[in-house]
Amino acid sequence: MLEIKNLHASVVDIDDSEILRGIDLTVNKGEVHAIMGPNGSGKSTLVNVLMGRFDYEVTAGDILVNNESILALRPDQRAHLGMFLAFQYPAEIPGVRPWQFLKAALDSKAEANGEEKMSVRTFSKLFDEKVEAVGINPNLVKRSLNEGFSGGEKKRNEMLQLEVLKPTLAVLDETDSGLDVDALRIVAEGVNSMRSPERSFIVVTHYQRLLNYITPDVVHILVNGKIVKAGGAELALEVEKNGYKSYLAAAGANA
Amino acid sequence: MTLGTSPTAVEKYSAAFIQHSAQSVDSPVWLDTLRKRAWSTFSEFGIPVKRRGNELWKYTNLRPLSDKDFEHGVTGSVTHNQIKALGPWDDTWDTVVVVDGIFSADLSNLHGITGLNAGSLGEAITSGSVNVEQQLASLAGREDYTFTALNTAFLDDGAYVAIAANTELAAPVHVVFVTSDSSTSKAIYPRLLVDAGANTSSVIIETHLNLADSSQLSVPVVEVFAADGSTVQHYRIQMENERSFHLGTTRVNQFADATFTSTSFAVGAQIARNDIHTLLDAPGANCTLRGLYMTNGQQQQDQEISTTHAKPHCTSDQFYKGILSGKSHAVFSGKVVVERDAQKSAATQKDLNLLLSRGAEINAKPSLEIYADDVTAAHGATAGHVDRDTLFYLQSRGVDEEAAKAILIRGFAEEILNDFKPAALYEFVERVTDERIPVLLAESDSLGTA
Repeated sequence: MLEIKNLHASVVDIDDSEILRGIDLTVNKGEVHAIMGPNGSGKSTLVNVLMGRFDYEVTAGDILVNNESILALRPDQRAHLGMFLAFQYPAEIPGVRPWQFLKAALDSKAEANGEEKMSVRTFSKLFDEKVEAVGINPNLVKRSLNEGFSGGEKKRNEMLQLEVLKPTLAVLDETDSGLDVDALRIVAEGVNSMRSPERSFIVVTHYQRLLNYITPDVVHILVNGKIVKAGGAELALEVEKNGYKSYLAAAGANA
Repeated sequence: MTLGTSPTAVEKYSAAFIQHSAQSVDSPVWLDTLRKRAWSTFSEFGIPVKRRGNELWKYTNLRPLSDKDFEHGVTGSVTHNQIKALGPWDDTWDTVVVVDGIFSADLSNLHGITGLNAGSLGEAITSGSVNVEQQLASLAGREDYTFTALNTAFLDDGAYVAIAANTELAAPVHVVFVTSDSSTSKAIYPRLLVDAGANTSSVIIETHLNLADSSQLSVPVVEVFAADGSTVQHYRIQMENERSFHLGTTRVNQFADATFTSTSFAVGAQIARNDIHTLLDAPGANCTLRGLYMTNGQQQQDQEISTTHAKPHCTSDQFYKGILSGKSHAVFSGKVVVERDAQKSAATQKDLNLLLSRGAEINAKPSLEIYADDVTAAHGATAGHVDRDTLFYLQSRGVDEEAAKAILIRGFAEEILNDFKPAALYEFVERVTDERIPVLLAESDSLGTA
């Protein structure tokens, strides 16, 4: 599904700004990978580079999706391939209703893939179903996208989009930050219900907490722009217990 | 008067004024006096091309206007279909059509509603109505403002809307000012007088259309009297062609507990000014002035928005949004004056702009002049670009950059578009906005994203 090979990335137009320093990572179909790391380790950069954000430049290495390099693709083209990024801080977009936005997203995906656009009626039905499933207040989605939403509501809205867009590779960027236990459970339920042999997940998190609800197949520890260790779900528990100190020391970074 | 400060371009209008006066011998004496006084004001100021030290015109270059010659007293034919194709229309509205400044009974669509007198201003003048004599040019003549004077100097017709006390109008009254198609450049002077009686409720839509492709000049003046307890919802649609000039003035007088709300949709003309002033002249009056302006190419759009709190317990709210692309230029000059006796006043003022290109320019100048001590007031202005984080968010969900920008621009406009409550009017502004967005985007550049 996804292969990251010796990925190096810097901030565009800033010298000596390398953040990712040679990442190798393979995610097979149907797997859930967790990427854990301390602040400043490059977690956010990695997910942004995966999705093709213009502020970063890949200086070496490659990213392959279904055996093809995606480096030359724009973010929207990556989305059309089935990639999805759930944001840590979803943008607030005044005047744009979630319904309208999701329909536009689905339409452009259908258009790019030469598929027929979903009718308004079919979409409305799907949308209402998912709103209920995700547990968003139906009045909320009649308002502007994310505007005035609480942290938890924004995350639920990200889950709503995940469920409607049905990506094959979903990347969740610190989706657990700022969530209470109930909201955390909702996010986890969203992910767990979407788990399938055809769909892969990358869950990026600072804490182990979310992984109590989502059991990953592989846990990676990212420190100083490199993956320093990979293991099973038990690795997350170890980090929870001992912190990142030993990894930081090994990577020669400041603790 | 010394050489070099003589008023500009007065001579371009003086022959027309003399001819117009000669043709208007049947006018009542009071009107003749008004016109002469107005002409003397205009001939003193001319077209204001001097910008230094002139706050009103500091950011606006009227040279393209002062250099041009416009014909007077010519008019062309206009059909129903032309008006409907270009502007908003609803058969259930009471529609007054004014062609090149002259009321057209044939094109108007009036239902004879009880309590509503809508039609020709010229007829209202000759009917000998005391109200008309007292009201006309009493608001837009109080000041030495050159363009209201120019309009008044040529005043003899236009639209008149009078709503009898205690009348609640179910449907909007639509006043369409249309400039006829002609290859020659014409000057027209649209005029509207609204007399909203006590405890009335009304919706007034004012539309400015231009059927010509050539350069035209429109200098409209609107006066609104909102009597005690009246509610007037006013909409202003301005969409002339991009070679034309539009210098509009709206003057509103609000009495006790009168509510005046006006939303402007300004997208047309080469140089356009929407100058509106509301006078809160009795306790309990409140006004809300809002608008959306969109510019591209070399367009210039000025919003000259002012409110005077003359009496206590009044509220005012100014809120404008601009979307600018190409090498266009907009000015928001908002002013709220709270006079000494106007205690317990509340005033807010806001102007938000979305700049889509490096060549687009906004001069935003919100200002509060407060002479009372018990007042709550807030003001602010912003100019920003399309937000990169937001753009990336939309793109990451599969929407391409152009479509994402279009969604963001539309979202920015939506807040003002939602003001346009009558269904046919909302559909109209929505359609014009959706058609305009690709034009704005075509002239945007990467610096329009931050």
